Amino acid sequence: MSTILQAISLRKNFGGVVALDDLSFEVRAGEIKSIIGPNGAGKTTLFNIISGIYRPSSGRVRFEGKDVALLPPHVIARKGISRTFQNLQLFANMTVLENVMVGRHPRTRVGFWRSIVRFPGVRREERLTARAAKELLDLVGLADNAHRAAATLPFGKQRLAEIARALATEPKLLLLDEPASGLNVRETEQAGRLIQKIRDMGKTVLVVEHDMSLVMGISEEVLVLDHGRRIAEGPPREVQKHPEVLRVYLGEDFHNAASAES
Amino acid sequence: MDPSTILQYTFAGIKIGGIYAMVALGFNIIYNTTGIINFAQGEFVMLGGMFMVTFSRIMPLGAAFPIAVLAVVIVGCFLERATIWPARNGSVISLIMITIGGSLLLKGLAMKVWGKSSFPLRHFSSEEPIKILEATIQPQTLWIISVLLLVVIVLALFFKFTLTGKAMRACAANRPAASLCGISVDRLVLLSFALSAGIGAVAGIVITPVTLVNYTCGSMYALKGFAAAVLGGLGISTGAVVGGLTIGLMECYGAALPFQGASSYKDGIALLVLLIFLCAKPSGIFGRAAISELKRF
Amino acid sequence: MSKKNLIGLIVLIAFLLVIPRFFGNPYYLGVLVWSGLYSLICMGLSLFMGYCGQISLGQAGFYALGAYGSGILTARFGFEPWPALAVALVACVILALGVGLPTLRLKGHYLAMATLGFGVIIYVVADADPFGLTGGPSGFSGIPKLSVFGLALNDELRWYYFVWATVLIFLFFLLNLVNSRVGRALRSIHGGETAAKAMGVNVAKYKTQAFLLSAAMASVAGSFYAHYVGFVNPEPFNLELSIHLVTMVVIGGVTNLWGAIAGTVLLTVLTEGFRTFFKEYRLLFDGLILVVIMLLFAEGLFLGAAKKVAALVARASCLRSRRRPGASTHSTGNPEAAS
Ligand SMILES: Nc1ncnc2c1ncn2[C@@H]1O[C@H](COP(=O)(O)OP(=O)(O)OP(=O)(O)O)[C@@H](O)[C@H]1O
Ligand SMILES: [Mg+2]
Repeated sequence: MSTILQAISLRKNFGGVVALDDLSFEVRAGEIKSIIGPNGAGKTTLFNIISGIYRPSSGRVRFEGKDVALLPPHVIARKGISRTFQNLQLFANMTVLENVMVGRHPRTRVGFWRSIVRFPGVRREERLTARAAKELLDLVGLADNAHRAAATLPFGKQRLAEIARALATEPKLLLLDEPASGLNVRETEQAGRLIQKIRDMGKTVLVVEHDMSLVMGISEEVLVLDHGRRIAEGPPREVQKHPEVLRVYLGEDFHNAASAES
Repeated sequence: MDPSTILQYTFAGIKIGGIYAMVALGFNIIYNTTGIINFAQGEFVMLGGMFMVTFSRIMPLGAAFPIAVLAVVIVGCFLERATIWPARNGSVISLIMITIGGSLLLKGLAMKVWGKSSFPLRHFSSEEPIKILEATIQPQTLWIISVLLLVVIVLALFFKFTLTGKAMRACAANRPAASLCGISVDRLVLLSFALSAGIGAVAGIVITPVTLVNYTCGSMYALKGFAAAVLGGLGISTGAVVGGLTIGLMECYGAALPFQGASSYKDGIALLVLLIFLCAKPSGIFGRAAISELKRF
Repeated sequence: MSKKNLIGLIVLIAFLLVIPRFFGNPYYLGVLVWSGLYSLICMGLSLFMGYCGQISLGQAGFYALGAYGSGILTARFGFEPWPALAVALVACVILALGVGLPTLRLKGHYLAMATLGFGVIIYVVADADPFGLTGGPSGFSGIPKLSVFGLALNDELRWYYFVWATVLIFLFFLLNLVNSRVGRALRSIHGGETAAKAMGVNVAKYKTQAFLLSAAMASVAGSFYAHYVGFVNPEPFNLELSIHLVTMVVIGGVTNLWGAIAGTVLLTVLTEGFRTFFKEYRLLFDGLILVVIMLLFAEGLFLGAAKKVAALVARASCLRSRRRPGASTHSTGNPEAAS
């Protein structure tokens, strides 16, 4: 399998805080890779850098062989990287469907002047956009909530709506920041199946997640971060046994997950 | 131009620049604790002058001064509790609009209370100009400079040595973290409005003998004080003082330029500086770009 | 165009056609012409504020640029009105680009202050008259009347039709815009800039476009102003007007183009109808409106108040149904009663 994303010696400082410290790793096309690590390990910061929200203090990000670390976020989105947000950032002033339609933005083209006059072509694109958005809502199981105000959705459904919105941009690489946080057990299982379905659609998925059973259940590869550094990387089974990981991660979750696996 | 004339304009520039500096300090204090630009800052200056004029009619200046400041501080606190506090979780645009509304309210109230005329105030000491190197300086200018110095020193001591002052600096650096550390951000916001109102009032009181005061004079002070704050770097106290004095001096030198009608552009200069800095270096002379990015808005 | 908007447009057109039958006297029509001019500005401002989530306090400056541009070009340089309008418009947009391009990338309050400063500079320049063109504080007159398709706009009725026709055209275009891909992008900026960027929206570009459009609309309104009044002086274009324009948009609900028009007409008519009152209380009134609307009716007076009333009614009927016989008011164990 080919490498789709490559992080090379990434470093990010916030004033005195070192959020990422000389981090390098690769993601292969078509796999589900999870990133785990304790709070403050730098996982979200990493996503912010890959998606162009932050610039790295130094280091490079290569996507499909090209440097993207210094590109603005909307260009990166166009190139095929999309994401969800840990702290839920749906557009509260829109309906769920409209949120997903915004996701179609980089794949549609009607501009300022054409939308003002609303030529027939404009209306056609609008219809296609709405249809594509509805299909995605179907996929994540939110078809019934299409016309609700996004802010009124319950927590778990907001996470799903974010995934649908991110998928609408037709990403090759999807970054999911804690897709299961705040979900109950059943919802978490559904989210896991959804992520696998997305992978089966040919997309590469990078997941930050604290829920170990989910991580161990769906990932081909796991990357463990601590204090912005990589402390382990490999298939879930190996990572689980890694002494460094056990040392950093003596949480209940981990042991439960480990015993559930065996 | 001969040196004494230049010196003369320098004195004038420092005089008005000192006022801008104090307004800029007021902006900074509120900006640091809340991230809001308080559009009503100029109204504090105007109210300071107005209250001072009123109180000075019934009591000596020395007594009227603190009472006028106190009155404006109360107004500032009231403004914060009535308008900012209820909207504390609101969006940027709503907070901006609320402070604009607040400034209109204060202006409108001042118009109802004091009417539309301009009021003079007697100078703090004699009006006899003092001669320095061929130029003359009004004693009131010396008052302004000393008051500015006093404000700066008191503020510096406050931020450096008192617990509340340190809390305010922590709040400026990182609000969520500060509140996690048990600092009551809520009270600090109120306090910052009180402080800003007080400093604005002081500025208004010392400038009124030179310029008169009426209900509309606040907006110009606010604009120029903001220009000063941006010039020095929003949120940075040293920057406010340097920025204020710079703009004051530029205005006075600019008005003296030898072309016709130069003095009518005086008001434009500060704003031009503001626009140029906003466009070219929004973080100001002393600011670092990274800081302005991290602020809430 | 959605059905709601289409019906709205038809109702508005019908309304506009009927009004002259009842309020045919020039004074009333004049008030409506002013409402129309301000509506033009406020629609643009509403797009920028409500859809983009930004704020401009310099619309009076763009309005002045249109008025002075058209006035100077026609009265002093013998331009025809329409080319003059176009030149003024282009100049205004270029200046807006100069102000907007650098500051729109920054956070909200920088833009607010930059536009505020810009507006005041325009005022100061018009007042100081650097090139002997603006006539200083007393202004200048001799601006010719505008004619449309050979029809001279020489009475209030014609101006009324002309200005409101323009408002309708712009409204139609803007309604199309906000209900399109671009409109969604604009609203997503208001909803959250970071998420918008991550979804591929070029935030700086769209903010700039919306800003330029709002400046252009203010400039057009200014050009009309110059020809309508035939005289331009700096006084009307002061900072207070910029803030008053924001108030008109806010009262109708920032996130709604219809609200912007409704708010503008309401305030303009009120201001005219209670002239003596507003002479004394305009500042207090505007201030109170801004604060109260922002604190209580974020969606504007009309929608916000309607929802508040609806909520009250719902609560009242809920209380009543709880007191219906058989249902205990104090039932704590019943989950339905608690919800
Ligand atoms: N904008 C910022 N400004 C300053 N410090 C930041 C910023 N963003 C992140 N940090 C710091 O960088 C470090 C890494 O944060 P990050 O959010 O990436 O952690 P995380 O691994 O996502 O944690 P969590 O599991 O809690 O989401 C933390 O110490 C955090 O305080
Ligand atoms: Mg995180």
